[in-house]
Amino acid sequence: MVAKTPASNETDIAVIGGGLVGSAIAWGLGRLGHAVTVLDEGDIAYRASRGNFALVWVQSKGLGMPEYAGWTKASAEQWPGFAAALHEETGLDVRYEQPGGFILCLSEAELEARRDAMMRLHNQPAMVKYPYEILDHAETKRRMPAIGPDVAGSSFCPLDGHVNSLRLFRALHQSFSRHGIDYRPEHDVQTITPLADGFEIIGAWGRLKAGKVVLAAGLGNARLGPMVGLHVPVKPSKGQIIVTEKAAPFLPHPVVTIRQTDEGGVMIGDSQEDLGFNTVVTNPVISTMAERAVRMFPVLGGLNVVRTWSALRVMTEDGFPIYDQSASYPGAFVATCHSGVTLAANHALTIAPLIAAGMFPEDRFGVFSARRFHVPAAA
Amino acid sequence: MFRRLPEARGEPLNFTLDGKPFSARSGDSVAAALLAAGIETCRATPVSGAPRGPYCMMGVCFECLVTIDGVGNRQGCLIPLSEGMRIETQQGARAIAQEVA
Repeated sequence: MVAKTPASNETDIAVIGGGLVGSAIAWGLGRLGHAVTVLDEGDIAYRASRGNFALVWVQSKGLGMPEYAGWTKASAEQWPGFAAALHEETGLDVRYEQPGGFILCLSEAELEARRDAMMRLHNQPAMVKYPYEILDHAETKRRMPAIGPDVAGSSFCPLDGHVNSLRLFRALHQSFSRHGIDYRPEHDVQTITPLADGFEIIGAWGRLKAGKVVLAAGLGNARLGPMVGLHVPVKPSKGQIIVTEKAAPFLPHPVVTIRQTDEGGVMIGDSQEDLGFNTVVTNPVISTMAERAVRMFPVLGGLNVVRTWSALRVMTEDGFPIYDQSASYPGAFVATCHSGVTLAANHALTIAPLIAAGMFPEDRFGVFSARRFHVPAAA
Repeated sequence: MFRRLPEARGEPLNFTLDGKPFSARSGDSVAAALLAAGIETCRATPVSGAPRGPYCMMGVCFECLVTIDGVGNRQGCLIPLSEGMRIETQQGARAIAQEVA
């Protein structure tokens, strides 16, 4: 097939990866008027953007890196404006809701551990404070009547929410043409070569010259990073998900492992496995997830499961994101995380302008650099 | 729209649809019983409220969803009719919270 207009072989900024991270950054850059080309492997990619759990989640993030808690909270704060902008541009309502979220505990021991974890998180120096509550069974039941007798209690954070992430993905892609973003699917990148005045990107499809290059290729960043002087140690972390038939709304809040979507289906996602590039759904994991979910909400036991799947999180060793710029080849950036939904607002509204300006400021972003993985184990 | 084959056999069975009495035959699925009784729509979709009725009759299209004895989203074509079944047309999504009360 011949394209109507020949694809340009030069661009200001090439974003490698058209998932949620790359799309949000491209959208942010395009809105600022930059010429952006998105090189996307396409839907054959390990597409966390199509398999994720779709929470915009704050509580429980940042133990060991309080700046990550602040970063996450900032994204939750930017989400309403981000969703409104997408709605205005595309007519698509991504159904962002922030009713506050729960983590349910199925024993007193779990509840104690939860209380301790939240205290340790919030006692960190430099921690950005935000409200949360530890609730007993009765108070949890008052707010979420569908919980079962096995729920000992919960933690609740009013900043937590969720979204229709498939619609988010679609809205971002739909807005590309409006901003003149050149989206190229089936554009797997083989090599990136730094030039004196930019980068040359090569694949089976041909070559593209870019002034700047942004690595947003998820797990592919590990391979691409070293080509531009970036170290991106990310590995797959498998998560399995169950979705039920659609039901009338009965869960007013998302739970970290269970949520009712805007369309009525209930998603259950409660697993993490380190098995490499393995996306097989396994009965032992699925049945454990279902068993815990039914203990949390007995009513779920009567719902039919319509589908199960698994997807791969893009995970660093410490679980925190990497935002970095190449010291040896200025103009090369990387953004990678396992919370592409939660952080989408930041990627669109904060990361994109910084890339456009040419630098992640060290005082705010040094902590997210992959340099943190280079510290010798013993000093 | 549908007529029973002359050689079709089976004992008479009684059921209700939305409280009204009907009869069918043993061996009928719920969906077949509805069609034989001249009922062509059994639900309204959760998204647009459009009317739907039994279609594939083999468990794949999920168009024949009805509430049976208080439990929603049952596939009428896969469930054999039994004596005294209380069948209800389903308007919109299954109301799981009310079922278990």
